[in-house]
Amino acid sequence: MVTIHPKLSNELSQTVVSSTKSVKLKIKRSNPNVNSDEKFDEFVVPIEKWTTVLDSLLDVKSYLDHSVGIRYSCRQASCGSCGMKINGKLGLACFTKISELDSDTVTVEPMDNYPVVRDLVVNFDRMINNHKKIMPYVIREDSEIDAESGVREFLQSPKNVEKYIQFSNCIKCGLCNSACPTMAMDKSFVGPQALAQAYRYIADDRDKGKNKRLKIIDESHGIWRCHFAGSCSQVCPKGVDPAMGIQLLRGYLLGIRD
Amino acid sequence: MERETGAREGLKGWLHPGKIGKFGIERLAWLLMRLTGLGLLAYFIGHIYETSHILDGKAVWDKSLEMTQTTEGHLFLALVIGMCVFHTGNGIRLLIAQMGYGIGKAERPDYPYKPQSINMKGKACIYATLGMAALAMWYGMAVMFT
Amino acid sequence: MMVLRESIIMKIHYGTAIGALFLTVIHIMMRLTQDFHESLQYENVIANYESVGYALLLELLLILISVHGFNGLRVILLEMNQGPTYEKVVTYGCLAAMAGLITYGSRTIIMTSMGMV
Ligand code: HEM
Ligand code: HEM
Ligand code: SF4
Ligand code: FES
Repeated sequence: MVTIHPKLSNELSQTVVSSTKSVKLKIKRSNPNVNSDEKFDEFVVPIEKWTTVLDSLLDVKSYLDHSVGIRYSCRQASCGSCGMKINGKLGLACFTKISELDSDTVTVEPMDNYPVVRDLVVNFDRMINNHKKIMPYVIREDSEIDAESGVREFLQSPKNVEKYIQFSNCIKCGLCNSACPTMAMDKSFVGPQALAQAYRYIADDRDKGKNKRLKIIDESHGIWRCHFAGSCSQVCPKGVDPAMGIQLLRGYLLGIRD
Repeated sequence: MERETGAREGLKGWLHPGKIGKFGIERLAWLLMRLTGLGLLAYFIGHIYETSHILDGKAVWDKSLEMTQTTEGHLFLALVIGMCVFHTGNGIRLLIAQMGYGIGKAERPDYPYKPQSINMKGKACIYATLGMAALAMWYGMAVMFT
Repeated sequence: MMVLRESIIMKIHYGTAIGALFLTVIHIMMRLTQDFHESLQYENVIANYESVGYALLLELLLILISVHGFNGLRVILLEMNQGPTYEKVVTYGCLAAMAGLITYGSRTIIMTSMGMV
């Protein structure tokens, strides 16, 4: 079924503001809680030069089909909610402009390697659990809250912050885990997202949790199941380059770095 | 519970040719590394079995040599040579990268967020390795077919 | 279940790769420094095995490649499927196959180099 946006249909044409172009948006629909059916619904939507995939999806939700399941929040590549497959490529819906896709049809599907909740929304439990497992916080004996001096901060120097700031850019969108070939088969693998974060904290010189974290990732479904296919870094929308983090992290276990 | 945590793409995520178009030459190298590793292991087991015929005297040894002295046998050996060169060359690239060399230096990322670990050095290595594997196969065939 | 820590296994994997690299080059050079077909003649191969240095090289190569190859197989199998029983079967299965192949190959090397043919 193809549904045409009111702005593009005749009866409303006098209200059209400035749309000059339209694309066909194909949305993969499924609801595994009800049945295993999968189908694509097609919508014709108006686009401008600046229209993002997320804008169009919200347009569909507002005017054509309220039931489309999507997850989003910030609309500016900061919250990590809207990762999906766009014309087969992994990306953030809010960070992908339709005009830059160079295609009259835009197909959106949920990310691979995650269970689908509904339509474009996937379940992040596994990624969040693995992220928690590597202890994503500064580990120290002393505390920032001190009985005598009150609250103080663990200070960081501008020079040392450069060593890990790249990795702290991660927004937990999960695109890297979806691209990774090991993730495609190994359901126990800790995954590039968590491994890059393990490096982020170990490289932070305020942190003293190195040995604990290295022990957690040095097991049969830990860091060694990475073979540097690099697909995670190809899709990361924030320049985290998880593959770099993982190889640097490996250096600690190989005794090259300390 | 299985549905919650177990969703995976399966073997398609490993073998689908479209993955290489989407994720680049590094993904092809990843796949070839596995396939050549397994291929070499199979050859190696056969090789140990074949060389054990030396214990059974000249007649048996010559007979088992005949297997690879056909045209198909020569092509098979050429494939083994190619797998050997690719696996070795790519193995050296991976050894270096996995020790943390040649993958760039962590820095403040900026738009358009090009990943440093996926760089021209690595790509050039992969293409060179593929080229060397092809050359070695060609040379091997030249030696075997004369 | 853990026989060795994974990082130790993988250090062995890298180490055997580097070791095997040099030995394989020598082994293949043995085929190319003389005429290829001649190098495979029964008498020449026996002579190869009977030289102690080269026999040792073959034995070492046999061990390095078996360890590297079967660990590589283990890695791929661990990534194909998961579960404690499966993991145990894969680990011990690969170890057994590795030991089996080394034993079988060593038998050839030892018997031939000692002139028991
Ligand atoms: C002599 C030169 C060799 C070198 C430098 C080498 C290097 C490597 C390296 C670095 C890896 C790890 C790759 C990764 O982390 O993804 C690897 C994996 C592997 N190797 Fe080798 N190797 C060599 C020979 C062999 C031989 C002769 C065999 C077969 C008997 C073999 C079988 C394997 C297998 C099955 C894997 C696992 C593949 C994978 O994880 O993708 N290798 N090799
Ligand atoms: C064109 C390829 C090859 C040919 C024609 C070949 C030929 C031979 C021959 C004739 C022998 C008997 C000993 C000798 O004269 O050297 C032998 C033994 C052996 N080769 Fe190869 N080889 C080849 C490739 C390889 C490769 C790539 C490896 C390992 C990565 C390898 C590992 C071994 C081992 C371990 C033995 C000792 C086996 C035993 O006696 O149990 N060979 N090979
Ligand atoms: S590393 Fe990049 S791709 Fe992976 S979750 Fe973080 S921001 Fe997303
Ligand atoms: S809506 Fe927040 S990252 Fe896309």
